[in-house]
Amino acid sequence: MEQLTHMEANLQRVKKGDAKASMHRMEIDRIRFVLSSYLRSRLQKIERFFPHILEREKSRGEGDPSLLSPEEFAFAKEYHANTETYLKAVALKRMPPNLQTVDMLKAVPEPCLDSFVFLRVKERQENILIEPETDDQREYVVDMEEGSQHLMRYRTIAPLVSSGAVQLI
Amino acid sequence: MFCVTVWFCSQEDGLRQILQEMESLYEQNQSDVNEAKSDGRAELIPSIKLRHCCLLRNQRCVAAYLYDRLLRIRALRWEYGSVLPANVRFHMCAEELQWFSQYKKSLASFMRSLGADGLDITQDMKPPKSLYIEVRCLKDHGEFEIDDGTVILLKKNSQHFLPRWKCEQLIRQGVLEHVMS
Repeated sequence: MEQLTHMEANLQRVKKGDAKASMHRMEIDRIRFVLSSYLRSRLQKIERFFPHILEREKSRGEGDPSLLSPEEFAFAKEYHANTETYLKAVALKRMPPNLQTVDMLKAVPEPCLDSFVFLRVKERQENILIEPETDDQREYVVDMEEGSQHLMRYRTIAPLVSSGAVQLI
Repeated sequence: MFCVTVWFCSQEDGLRQILQEMESLYEQNQSDVNEAKSDGRAELIPSIKLRHCCLLRNQRCVAAYLYDRLLRIRALRWEYGSVLPANVRFHMCAEELQWFSQYKKSLASFMRSLGADGLDITQDMKPPKSLYIEVRCLKDHGEFEIDDGTVILLKKNSQHFLPRWKCEQLIRQGVLEHVMS
């Protein structure tokens, strides 16, 4: 973000028609796109999984860092409240007394932690346990060399992503 | 954006019928539950359970339908902008307009918090390919100012060579059309 503002300030100073201006402009546009796209993805995931994300924030321990920025957390809470208010006002309050709430945690699908993800190993890992996929298979262990790339279930390597030992690509 | 409006019609009648059905099922259950308790008529229990399942299913379907409407309304903010055209607003109930207004506010608040001056993440939806693009005006839009101060008159069918980033929103709204040669 700071780079963006710095570059836009530079652009104002460069003379109109100067070739450098175009390069600057392109670079600004590219940076702005990447940044916007990243922030949009985060917001979309928050909207898609909002009850589960809020639940995880609630049950987060004292020392655990949040996965959301304070502004994202506020956005998530507002989205939740807004949606609940709407459902209540339009339908739920006109339903029988025992059916006037919806359990969002059950109603909204959870993120699938078993999806496969691409990752790059930053710190060498030994003896990572891979769960069997089918009844015929058995669990086994792998070592992951630094710099190597893999395609694995997210659930298996989730703690390593948190610690920074692997990087999702 | 226009396919969103085709899907959008008022939900009042269908919803009212379902809510009436739920009320009637509930009342039948209330009376059966009382009878089962006071007269010990255990054979009423399966129908009580069946009605309860129907009630739960109705609730689920109603919630799913209403939430789907919200998702389409949300999409309008991202694809069209923060001011909805009258023909879309016509199909939305007061609570949906309220939801939209609240959602816009939440989003605006979030975007303002990014960096020093905020960042409008509803722009830059596609990776930038070129600096300037050729656009044709699809409807009269009046005067349009670009960064260096020049004012362009956007008259229907006129063609212009404009900075891409200024045109994005107008292209999405259907005012301009990107001409690819």
